[in-house]
Amino acid sequence: MTTVAAPYAGTALDRVDGPEKVTGRARYAYEHAPDDLAYAVVVQSTIARGEVRAVDADSVLQLPGIIATIWHENAPRVAPIEDAELTVLQSPRVAYRGQVVAVVVAETIESATEAARLLRVDYQVEPHDVELRADHPGMYRPDHVNPDYATDSELGDPEAALGYAPVVVDATYSTPAQHHNPIEPHATVALWDADGLTLYDSTQSASAVRATIAPLFGLPQERVRVVSPYVGGGFGSKGAPHAQVVLAALAAKQVGRPVKLAATRRQMFAVTGYRTPTVQRVRLGADEDGRLSAIVHEAFEQTATVKEFAEQTTVVTRMMYAAPHRRTSHRLVRLDVPVPTWMRAPGETPGMFALESAMDELAVACGIDPVELRVRNEPTVDPERGLPFSSRNLVACLREGAARFGWAGRDPEPGVRRRGRMLIGTGVASSTYPVYRLPSEATARAEPGGGFTVRIAAADIGTGARTVLTQIAADALGVPPAQVRMEVGDSALPRASVAGGSSGTASWGTAVVRACEALTDALHRRAGDVPPGGLEASVDTAEELRAQRPFSRHAYGAQFAEVGVDVDTGEVRVLRLLGAFAAGRIINPKTARSQFIGGMTMGLSMALFEESVMDVEFGDYLNRDLAQYHVAACADVRDVDAFWIEEEDPDLNPMGSKGIGEIGIVGTAAAVANAVHHATGLRVRDLPIRLDRLIGRAV
Amino acid sequence: MNGEGNSGPVFADPITADIMLSVNGDEHSVAVDTRETLLDTLREHLDLIGAKKGCDHGQCGACTVLVDGRRVKSCLTLTVTVDDREITTVEGLAADGALHPMQAAFVERDAFQCGYCTPGQLCSAVAVVREVADGWPSAVTPDVSGPVSLDDDEIRERMSGNLCRCGAYVNIVAAIRQVGA
Amino acid sequence: MRPFAYERAADARSAVAARAAGAADGAGAVYLGGGTNLVDLMRLGVVSPGVLVDVTRLPSDGVEETAGGGLLIGAAMRNSDLAAHPLVRRRYPMLTQAVVAGASGQIRNMATVGGNLLQRTRCSYFQDVTKPCNKRAPGSGCPARNGDHRNLAVIGQSEACVATHPSDMAVPLAALGAVVHIEGPGGARQVPMPGLHRLPGDTPERDTVLEPGDLITAVELPPLPFAARSRYRKVRDRASFAFAVVSVAAALDVEDGMVKDCRIALGGVAHIPWRAERAESALRGSPATEAAFAQAAAEELAQATPLPHNAFKVPLARNVVVRTLLDLVEAS
Repeated sequence: MTTVAAPYAGTALDRVDGPEKVTGRARYAYEHAPDDLAYAVVVQSTIARGEVRAVDADSVLQLPGIIATIWHENAPRVAPIEDAELTVLQSPRVAYRGQVVAVVVAETIESATEAARLLRVDYQVEPHDVELRADHPGMYRPDHVNPDYATDSELGDPEAALGYAPVVVDATYSTPAQHHNPIEPHATVALWDADGLTLYDSTQSASAVRATIAPLFGLPQERVRVVSPYVGGGFGSKGAPHAQVVLAALAAKQVGRPVKLAATRRQMFAVTGYRTPTVQRVRLGADEDGRLSAIVHEAFEQTATVKEFAEQTTVVTRMMYAAPHRRTSHRLVRLDVPVPTWMRAPGETPGMFALESAMDELAVACGIDPVELRVRNEPTVDPERGLPFSSRNLVACLREGAARFGWAGRDPEPGVRRRGRMLIGTGVASSTYPVYRLPSEATARAEPGGGFTVRIAAADIGTGARTVLTQIAADALGVPPAQVRMEVGDSALPRASVAGGSSGTASWGTAVVRACEALTDALHRRAGDVPPGGLEASVDTAEELRAQRPFSRHAYGAQFAEVGVDVDTGEVRVLRLLGAFAAGRIINPKTARSQFIGGMTMGLSMALFEESVMDVEFGDYLNRDLAQYHVAACADVRDVDAFWIEEEDPDLNPMGSKGIGEIGIVGTAAAVANAVHHATGLRVRDLPIRLDRLIGRAV
Repeated sequence: MNGEGNSGPVFADPITADIMLSVNGDEHSVAVDTRETLLDTLREHLDLIGAKKGCDHGQCGACTVLVDGRRVKSCLTLTVTVDDREITTVEGLAADGALHPMQAAFVERDAFQCGYCTPGQLCSAVAVVREVADGWPSAVTPDVSGPVSLDDDEIRERMSGNLCRCGAYVNIVAAIRQVGA
Repeated sequence: MRPFAYERAADARSAVAARAAGAADGAGAVYLGGGTNLVDLMRLGVVSPGVLVDVTRLPSDGVEETAGGGLLIGAAMRNSDLAAHPLVRRRYPMLTQAVVAGASGQIRNMATVGGNLLQRTRCSYFQDVTKPCNKRAPGSGCPARNGDHRNLAVIGQSEACVATHPSDMAVPLAALGAVVHIEGPGGARQVPMPGLHRLPGDTPERDTVLEPGDLITAVELPPLPFAARSRYRKVRDRASFAFAVVSVAAALDVEDGMVKDCRIALGGVAHIPWRAERAESALRGSPATEAAFAQAAAEELAQATPLPHNAFKVPLARNVVVRTLLDLVEAS
């Protein structure tokens, strides 16, 4: 495969939608306002398991301005589909606390909210079980893990190898439930008319929402249109439609008017997905020089009773380091909890916290520098699949990152560096993320008045996709970016894959390049003459992707952290965070750096703050607002930077790029935890690293 | 409060007030439900969608606007309380067509990704520069009885009421430093 | 939110009268300050008043000097203005530090001095009307005791309630012995801090000693020259924009290496801003040394009765008291 000439790819073009965003003109889902709009507010169950016996819909209908109260007895029917998270208000069953049991529609937000507050719902309560434990008797082996990986894997004889390994690390780590908390709540405006259903939605995939929602309402796909030009962050929670989309459509159908519906911030902690908590046991067997002979990584996770989501927590361990003996596994338990889903690097993020913490423990046990330990265990081919790597520059990331961070001469002794009242430490962790590419379609069009329009139902959730695709199209067409008008965020555009799995640029970029190439060919055949109606070329990349050669394709990186731990209080501050990445060709250094440091910032936040606390007595996540669920604030994020290794990989896609949206978070929490150990001598194996996990111990 | 005002469920009619609201120099005559927040009035009745609803509890800062030049959370501001105030939203930061220097710096420094927290960040940033110029101390000011300057620590502390989940803080600080220095 | 009538008062007397009229009408009537807590609680359904009396336009919104070198702070003054006031910064730096350690710049521009004192606990159960809470619904129970109480009280709590008072500002005010001026249906009166707030006992629904209709009009700071050397230290989970896990306000008067006088109060540990009177007594006349500070802190915290998940607050509070006092000694 050859890559296209790239005068614009590689340049730091400002975001093409920047002016819209900084002036407040960018219109997000809830801000679409069709005429005759009504407001919908959802009512959530206050029990974790049982049945809705009755809803006193009549009382609230007496309130002025109330248009309808919708619940399972009067809701429009939807087609039964497998995804029970979406077949809302169809049955009296309550499967988790916070599940939607009714929707109130009113003339104003204030009236709808008040009616929702006053609505009386009677339940038949059943005992619930919401506590994840590795030894839960309900643990089972799922058929596969997300998206379609084998549940377990085994190579050699890991138990025997552990038995005779001179050095063994055997540690159990845990990561808590975490919520995405995009700053834009999940919102939908639904409008039914003679053409069918229009949804202004906050989604990472207009095409997927259309494909999912159309059959629910018995409509052919072409009668559903999903419009989402701007999306206020997603991180996976908007990767697939959740209840609010269906509820908005149901409510609009019921009242015969356009309806607006947004999950509130508090409601989002139950109805828009979260990252499963995990318990992970990692066992490493090595010789005195730190060469791994065995790796065993076992994960225990939760899922909901209404839907299985099996996070691929240990899959990364199948590829990361060389070792002749290896086992990975996943076990799940179905609890009376909300439905977990993808959250930024699902699998890799919690999995690498455990693996990279364990590697640090091994470095300490062997007395080997943690950078050197990782270099020493670099595989030559993908250890489990036996495939060559299309490119793998982890070692370069570690080496170059160490040089830029000032790692050389690091004293490995923990707990001995002081700066004022702070103990200082540094830590490193490796990072990686798979290269995914999904089929997409695109059209490129030469406009009769000059200039080009490129269309694809991609989503720019803040990644810079609109900008980067503009650059890619400009290069493929051989024109400056100013001559390209990029249209995304609408299911009426050519079908595109989800903005997820760090696959957007690779998937959509391939389609955009092929469409532009086809258009360029067509223009050549016409000697450059654009007909009065314009000239358009369309492509579908499905066939090209099927022909892809087998390789182990991943991006790699390394994060280096310096932390200060207050000796009086145990407060941890990340003083420096540096990421080194090898992710193919970087198409826009400005937006790419933002992606890397944004992911690292979320990783910092995960390391120190984020935890959704399960209220075992009542069965919901207790701290469901942004005052209680802490995400990093500006003051927490000091010196965070990223750079990348030049990487030529001809076996990726026409741009030569790997995904960069998720790798920044992977590894960051372990780098911080390893730095905390270096600072204090305390190994925190349970995230987040809050002061109470340090204050009672040695600090 | 001390337990007052807990009179249980009451099915009452909305109470409205006719007020004049001054936003970005324009006077608007609006009939508002007393329960209506400034954020909802702006977004739902005046089609000024710049101020964003991120949490509706004063915890994220996306709704930040300026009232008489001071930054506030419009989600916790009842509209009936600001009929005699001058409100500025992100739409009113700059004159028609141009960008405010802070808006231009945000674009140049890539100080946002999804853009949803951005209007609030911008209103806050413009106010922070003024607060420092006015000599207001912050939680990181070493000597609160002395002068203050707009260094990175001060910017980070003062901008902490505006959450950015995309993690653009580093670039936000750079943009504010560029404009405020 | 339940519909409510809105009235704007021009002075304290008319505010009290308007509230009384609202209450007499059968609807709950409350004063509205900056609204940063009240509007939120109304949205959560924790309180549902029928009348709001806006007291932000009362003339008492500035700082006046009192005879003897104290300050009288108007209750309608915004937190930002209080923190930035030159006399407050010079005479009571711990008060400025506490105010700017609270919430965010936007919230401080809204919040009033009176309203800040009357903030309600941020206990998760209190804020969730679908769950029991003795403070919100007396007699319904306290799930925090066996549930999540990591950030709740370790001193002075009761079987009925383990909530903490969330205000930063109230902590130095308690240390200073500020006097709260109140206008009420029965006339004007004054309550010295820390006596404004009360321990929960078996009536946790009452946060303060205020009677229905009482309006805070001003807060008087007594003259305390050594408070010019004072400090507020706030420990929190996030570097900014987070409630205190533990905080300390302290002022220290040291002469010839001996503690002549001191003021110490703790935040984040009790239902009230906790004046550390035992520690203060222990320190007066003792040497200004780390050992003496540690001994004083230990005497204060001997009263602590922590729960399983917040026991860490006891060593944390001890460390922060000692370190803050040492910082004050080192700065002198």
